[in-house]
Amino acid sequence: MHIVDGALAVPVLAVGAALTVAGVALGLKRMDYDHLPQVGVLSAAFFIASYIHLPIGFSSVHLILNGLIGLALGWAAFPALLVALFLQAVFFGFGGFLVLGVNAVNIALPAVMVYYLCGHGISASSPRVAAIWGAIGGAGSIVLTTIMVAFSLMLSGEAFLLAAKATFVAHIPVMIVEGGVTAAAVLLLRKVKPEFLHIKDETDYA
Amino acid sequence: MPQFLEHSGTSWKGQKVKHDRSLIDKLDPRLRVVLVTAFAFVTVLSENFWVLSIAALTGLVLALLAQLNVKRTLRRVIAMDMFMIFLIILLPFTTPGEALFTVAGLSASKAGFLHALMILLKAHAVVLSLLALVGTLSATTLGHAMAHLRVPDKLVHLLLFTVRYLDVIGQEYKRMRRAMQARAFVLRTDMHTWRSIGYLIGMLLVHSLERSERIMDAMKCRGYKGQFYLFDEMALGAHDYRFMALFIPFLCVLVGLNFL
Repeated sequence: MHIVDGALAVPVLAVGAALTVAGVALGLKRMDYDHLPQVGVLSAAFFIASYIHLPIGFSSVHLILNGLIGLALGWAAFPALLVALFLQAVFFGFGGFLVLGVNAVNIALPAVMVYYLCGHGISASSPRVAAIWGAIGGAGSIVLTTIMVAFSLMLSGEAFLLAAKATFVAHIPVMIVEGGVTAAAVLLLRKVKPEFLHIKDETDYA
Repeated sequence: MPQFLEHSGTSWKGQKVKHDRSLIDKLDPRLRVVLVTAFAFVTVLSENFWVLSIAALTGLVLALLAQLNVKRTLRRVIAMDMFMIFLIILLPFTTPGEALFTVAGLSASKAGFLHALMILLKAHAVVLSLLALVGTLSATTLGHAMAHLRVPDKLVHLLLFTVRYLDVIGQEYKRMRRAMQARAFVLRTDMHTWRSIGYLIGMLLVHSLERSERIMDAMKCRGYKGQFYLFDEMALGAHDYRFMALFIPFLCVLVGLNFL
């Protein structure tokens, strides 16, 4: 998912950085100090998820969780993911420094889109329907992210076309795993801590 | 699945990662962040092979100066290489141009090969300098340096909180995974695994959030009003000026080489 420094054309880098700055500004504005712990927890969760590997056939994939983060945070996903990516770049050498903007927008914009597309679905009264929307959110965010990664590569040069297509195919297993995991996580969070996903508890016994 | 595959080679060890004190550690954290940013700009925007080779060499020299742990650094550089390996291998074959060599009927072009080499040099130069100059800072110091550099307050707070929770969540995750292992849970490619891991993540988030809320309450109890006070005064010293006197002209030479 991370693109390294040096691969992308300068205009792509500039547009990515501009979009990230805008997204982060909006996210920070929507986030007050009382929400900082929640955003921090999810930012850390994204970081930790990158080293939870799940087997798929003979190989393994790691979780990305941007769908779940988007569902929980909305626009605040931008600062959360930027911080996590920054820490990964600085301390692990994942991705690069100047591509941080592009990487952040590629991962955070799908998260925000999932928030608007599936946010309503996961608060459906039937757990089955909610799980399906959770799966759509989890898998959908990976689909969107891969498409955006592929586009950033393609816009940087015709020669990257094959690599862009390969990226998409290579991430199909990730979409499946992420869909299943997000659906289960949504189901659990609905039951245990609905306010985490902005769901109003409707079982009113009063 | 074998145990070692469950985990990437890298994981967050928090502030426990030790490295030897080196020349680099004497430099002002703010200076390190600023210089690495400038260096990354010069490197990434350059298209000249001489400049890029020198930049990659500089990255290596900085890594040596910072006395980075060889094994750890190698593991990280290789992890980065895995991200771009497809790109690099495919590039010579997908760029049209004069053929350099052929593999199984596919011709690799010279232009594509040079392009791939250029990406390799840039990526390594930036990553090595980043790990050497900024990666050796403790995450908290990095946060404070960024606050001194006028990065928005909330973003710095978020960074500091995230660093704190990385330890919390990392430990919680290990604890819960061990509990699952004790109950003979094995990772497989099936719905049961995904559901269990999904529940694990959901529970992980709930536990961590509740813990973070308790931390927040405790902080408020002690008068936290949405502001951290930056105690460490950062001041440029003789070391910093000496380093700047070397590094800034060097960057200018690198920029100048592009136009020769």
